[in-house]
Amino acid sequence: MEKIFGRSQALTDLPTHYCPGCGHGIAHRLVAECVDELGLRENTIAVAPVGCAVVAYDYWNFDCSEAAHGRALAVATAIKRVHPQKLVFTYQGDGDLAAIGTNETVHAANRGENLSVVFINNAVYGMTGGQLAPTTLLGQKTATSLMGRQKALHGYPLKISEMLAILPGVYYLERVALVSPAEVLRAKRAIKQAFQNQLDHRGFSLVEVLSPCPTYWGLSPQEAIAWIENIMQKEFPLGRIK
Amino acid sequence: MKTLLSGNEAIAQGALDAGCNFYAGYPITPQNELIAYMAKQMGKGRYQKNVFIQAESELAAISMVYGAAAAGARAMTSSSSPGISLMQEGISYLAGARLPALIVNIMRGGPGLGNIAPAQADYFQAVRGGGHGDYHLIVLAPASVQEAYNLSRQAFDLADKYRVPVMVLGDGLLGQMMEPVKLSVKKNKPALPKRWALTGCRGRKPNIVKSFFMHEGELEQANLKLQQNYRIIKRSCARFEGLFLSDARVIVVAYGTMARIAKGAVGKLRAAGKKIGLLRPISLWPFPRQPFSIKNDKVKYLVVEMSYGQLLDDVRLAAASCSTVEFLGRSGGGIPSEEQIIQRIKRMF
Repeated sequence: MEKIFGRSQALTDLPTHYCPGCGHGIAHRLVAECVDELGLRENTIAVAPVGCAVVAYDYWNFDCSEAAHGRALAVATAIKRVHPQKLVFTYQGDGDLAAIGTNETVHAANRGENLSVVFINNAVYGMTGGQLAPTTLLGQKTATSLMGRQKALHGYPLKISEMLAILPGVYYLERVALVSPAEVLRAKRAIKQAFQNQLDHRGFSLVEVLSPCPTYWGLSPQEAIAWIENIMQKEFPLGRIK
Repeated sequence: MKTLLSGNEAIAQGALDAGCNFYAGYPITPQNELIAYMAKQMGKGRYQKNVFIQAESELAAISMVYGAAAAGARAMTSSSSPGISLMQEGISYLAGARLPALIVNIMRGGPGLGNIAPAQADYFQAVRGGGHGDYHLIVLAPASVQEAYNLSRQAFDLADKYRVPVMVLGDGLLGQMMEPVKLSVKKNKPALPKRWALTGCRGRKPNIVKSFFMHEGELEQANLKLQQNYRIIKRSCARFEGLFLSDARVIVVAYGTMARIAKGAVGKLRAAGKKIGLLRPISLWPFPRQPFSIKNDKVKYLVVEMSYGQLLDDVRLAAASCSTVEFLGRSGGGIPSEEQIIQRIKRMF
């Protein structure tokens, strides 16, 4: 029988620890497929974040480093400068990239580091129990904003991708969402583009991935998808930002 | 031929001569000559392939060192006390992930922003670990610009051999002071192959650099391995300089710049016929316990520091219980003078 579909070589066969309906498993697979399709599994070095995806290195079948919370882009900067010929990317959540690591994010982008970033935005801290994230929507209830995010108390959802767009060192920014087969394929194209940009020495590329977290949104997996489409995308519109 | 260098420059040149090919740092007084020296040298001439990055913070600088070390480079950073406090996060991660690197602390006065005068008040932070978790750094304390050069060179070999971060701990006076230095043209031994480094997994299983161990018992096993490594380091890496120890009735214990001033006092008192000696720890961790093992209740120790009783604790732990251990220290810009030390010692005879 002809085999027409299989596990990506860049994925291990370990079952993931993610909750039902979580987007990380899909995003990991998209990354792995892009690495495979570019033929780069043996020439890739990834940096995993602190957060739900901390053990991404257990699921990817290529060299990986862990980084302290928020420092992934400082770690990746050094790895890429030491190995300019390798594909180096970070995979980070919203707390990691846009709260504790904002400084590292902004400065790696502003230096125009020739890196790719997969930025998972699920509007909440997942690993620690669903606390307020920099990207939490106004009115969204979390473990540390019980009445919902209020602008007077917590400020506004941080649009880090739009902020980065003004930096000359940033070459490519796109926001995608893991909500349907068509959008997942679009997400994959964006990630592959971010990797290709690095191979072409274009500078800093970031793909923001709106990703469901049913557990800490208090929704079923299907409701979580609908919430991204109907509510989250209004605050974080999809498409090419730069 | 000798070259006139400041302590900061000598440490930088020592690192370059040891094959250091990655530097990341952030400006802070009194170590600015070090980052400036690296900026001037790296990326051109014979250091063409070296990487120099001025980071956006000490947090980023130490994480860059972590990334470079993970990628197999000989990586270093330098800072001074408040900056080293910020780096404790990354230093703990380096220790946990078993990454070799050099961290230079040219100490200034604290706590807080303190001042920019020389001090030794980061001793505890350096020798007890500094960040979270059960770990140690090898800590080397030079007392001259020449020794700063030598120890900086040796630090990378130690770091690679034991897969631990190494700290060179000096103070603002040593960093700023200029002395003639004999640079060695002899190359360091070739670095050990780093089979664990991230280089792309061609022809091998993927390497993972991490300090996160969630499975039951996994972290305890990793920590036991760390402790085993520390035991080996304790057996093999303790270093000190002893002066007139065999017949001394009073032994002055001091390190770095302070030892240098104490040496002057000891020399003068010896010339005046006093049975006095000097014990200068060169490695602060592991602490050189062996020379303190003499069980003689007639030997008294005087610990002299530019801090308020930090080295003192290690001397008390190392000295026999019958020994008298006295203390002279100043911190925050004050440095015990040769004359102060002499007067203090005279009271002990």
